[in-house]
Amino acid sequence: MEIRPILSSLRRHKVAAWLVIIEVALTCAIVCNAVFLISQRVERMHMVSGIAEHELSEIRLANLGVRPDSKARTQEDLAALRLIPGVTQVSVASQLPFGSSETNDNVKLDPNQKLPTLSAAMYWGQNLAQTLGTQLVAGRNLRDDDFRDLDAVNKAATGGDPNDKQLPQVLVITQAVADKLWPGKNPLGRQIFFDKSPVTVVGVVAHLVRPSNLSSGTEYSFLVPIRSVAGDGSSYLIRSAPQDRQRVLKAALAILRTLDPRRVVLEKRTWDELRSDFFQNDREMTGLLVGVCAALLVVTALGIVGLGSFWVAQRRRMIGVRRALGATRDDILHYFQIENFLLASIGIVLGMLLAYGINLFLMVHYELPRLPGIYFPVGALALWLLGQGAVLGPALRAAAVPPVVATRSV
Amino acid sequence: MFGYYIDLALRSLKRNKVLTALMVLAIAVGIGASMTTLTVLHVLSGDPLPGKSQTLFYPQLDPQSLANYQSAGEPPEQHTWIDGMNLLQARRADRQALMTGGTVPVRPPLSGMDPFYADARYTTADFFPMFNVPLLYGNTWSAADDDNKARVAVISRTLNDKLFNGKDSTGQVLLLGDDALRIVGVLDSWRPNPHFYDNNMRGSYAQAEDVFLPLTTSRDLKLTHDGSMSCWGGHTNDKLETAPCIWLQLWVQLDTPAKAAAYKEYLTHYSQEQKLLGRFQRSPNVRLRDLMEWLDYQKVVPSDVRLQAWLAFGFLLVCLVNTVGLMLAKFMRRAGELGVRRALGASKRALFSQLLVESGVIGLSGGVCGLLLAFLGLWLVRQRPANYASLAHLDMSMLLTTFLLAVGASLMAGLLPAWRACQITPGLQLKSN
Repeated sequence: MEIRPILSSLRRHKVAAWLVIIEVALTCAIVCNAVFLISQRVERMHMVSGIAEHELSEIRLANLGVRPDSKARTQEDLAALRLIPGVTQVSVASQLPFGSSETNDNVKLDPNQKLPTLSAAMYWGQNLAQTLGTQLVAGRNLRDDDFRDLDAVNKAATGGDPNDKQLPQVLVITQAVADKLWPGKNPLGRQIFFDKSPVTVVGVVAHLVRPSNLSSGTEYSFLVPIRSVAGDGSSYLIRSAPQDRQRVLKAALAILRTLDPRRVVLEKRTWDELRSDFFQNDREMTGLLVGVCAALLVVTALGIVGLGSFWVAQRRRMIGVRRALGATRDDILHYFQIENFLLASIGIVLGMLLAYGINLFLMVHYELPRLPGIYFPVGALALWLLGQGAVLGPALRAAAVPPVVATRSV
Repeated sequence: MFGYYIDLALRSLKRNKVLTALMVLAIAVGIGASMTTLTVLHVLSGDPLPGKSQTLFYPQLDPQSLANYQSAGEPPEQHTWIDGMNLLQARRADRQALMTGGTVPVRPPLSGMDPFYADARYTTADFFPMFNVPLLYGNTWSAADDDNKARVAVISRTLNDKLFNGKDSTGQVLLLGDDALRIVGVLDSWRPNPHFYDNNMRGSYAQAEDVFLPLTTSRDLKLTHDGSMSCWGGHTNDKLETAPCIWLQLWVQLDTPAKAAAYKEYLTHYSQEQKLLGRFQRSPNVRLRDLMEWLDYQKVVPSDVRLQAWLAFGFLLVCLVNTVGLMLAKFMRRAGELGVRRALGASKRALFSQLLVESGVIGLSGGVCGLLLAFLGLWLVRQRPANYASLAHLDMSMLLTTFLLAVGASLMAGLLPAWRACQITPGLQLKSN
């Protein structure tokens, strides 16, 4: 098929042709970036937590007034919770993966280093690893004799002696921390420093996501041997079979209330609910982006159909003449298809440049990574298909124009 | 003539209902989406204290140790107890308030109501006059109450309604756990937007707190404090007064730019003095941002909301290009009719205004439908659990903007097709027919 006549006819409809090109370009640019944003959000929503997600429930309580002897009372609560049928593990947790609050500490590889190597989330609580269900890949979990009471640790830290034995001596790190601090080496037995206090790595877990500050390293987390008491923002974390969670949660609330009625329940939920709340915004944003992409593609397709129909109507006589001169239906059909292909191609080239520009803007303002190269061919293919699909109707109508039109005067 | 053009436009639009509906719908959806997102953005980036915000400032100091020191870094965003109290007691500003947030256990006076936790603000006396907080009953506490760690509290209208059925509760007792405080005042409805004085609590668009009490009293009663805290060195919650921890917010009111400049100098001077005393180790690094600058620095407007606005405008642009294309197709199709009109003596201008009226009709209908869609969109936004959801309402200025945007956009869209269609040579069109 000759392209020259198509080009020369397009030159006579410059404005309309440019409008199609611009529309395709804008749609291409926006949809490429929107789909990329969607993929980023979906990836985020599927983030690995590294814990037994469907087996955990959280209860957070606050005391009414001062609670004397809270250490013993916490042990009493834990013992009672452990007796609930179906409960496999219980713990007091200082913070939870994807929970709202986060305690971090800076870590150095050398006590005299000026800037910290990384900042990691500090998970503490006796039996926490077992309750969370983290997966140990090297070394051991924390033992009971590793643990120190939180107030003793704080006192020792205030004391200023970096080698005070009341400070935690060991800790468990995530694989992500190990890879960052000692890439390719065995992390067990190595020391890290909280300010000037040395701590030895005794175990590595596969994954453990941090509570909320995901931008500073999603899996930079430590399990630290510190015992805390309930209240003060800590929660009771209960592990049970997934189908038992609601029953266990109800029973646990009843027991905790009988043990001490002077408490207010601030939070009672399964960990699945917590995760769902955490990604609420991402879910909504994804839905919105999908909606906008669909709407954009529909609008563009309708635009192509509209202009295509107009061109066909305008060229009825010309088509008739061509048919009368021997052009087949296929020739007419292909004419419109190739015309659309040309317009779409120019639009796609411009659109890709624009997409790249938008991506640069998003990289600067929204900390987004670079648009992967695969988006360009896939986006181009999608828009070519969209254009061909949209132009098919008008093109078929054009092909159906009978040659006799040429001889009729209106 | 205008009425006749409208009549012509309606006739022409009726001739091809699907195409007309398509154009109106495209504009409506584009306008609806842009207005929804723009309204949310407008509401979220508003000035919480119009007329006063330029006199409110947030001072920053850098009291941290030399560990992790990078010169030219930003100073921390909160204050230690010692610095906060020093700056507060120096009284160098027209007004100053030191504060932090917390949650307090409220025991209702009525039997049959369960105890609950309420959000609280521990602050100092100037907080209320400085932020123009409206008062319904009684008074706020005085500077003397701050010094005496007085057991007094000011509660919100919501809490007063809940606990005392809306009656004047001044003089009544507010039980927080085992501690009794005397209610000295009840606030009228107050929701600064954003929650500018502390955005560590439940996000930047949280409701104002329900219980306000002197900061000194909160420390005396060992009430728990919430919000972000950053320390360099060990600490315990009992000794926050001396701990090297930043956890307090400080706001000052400086009525003239000269006073603001003087205050900034004072902050530098204070830092130097503290360094000489050995308390500060870093060289003076101070900031004094006014309220709006502070909100900007804190990036309170969620980035997703900005992104949504960009997205909506991109969408509107595509919708408009689409409308231009369709309108062009429509006008060019009527070349014959327009040729006849030209031949009968209509000037180019007359044709142009006739076509512009037609595109205006489409734009207006699109704008009206878009406005309805924006109302729907904002209603949808309000159903979301985000804490700014309830703020998403269309105000007069946004309503006007929507309308101007809709009509303006569609007139712009009509301009090019109308101009193109006017370039018809009447003779040629008549001949080909």
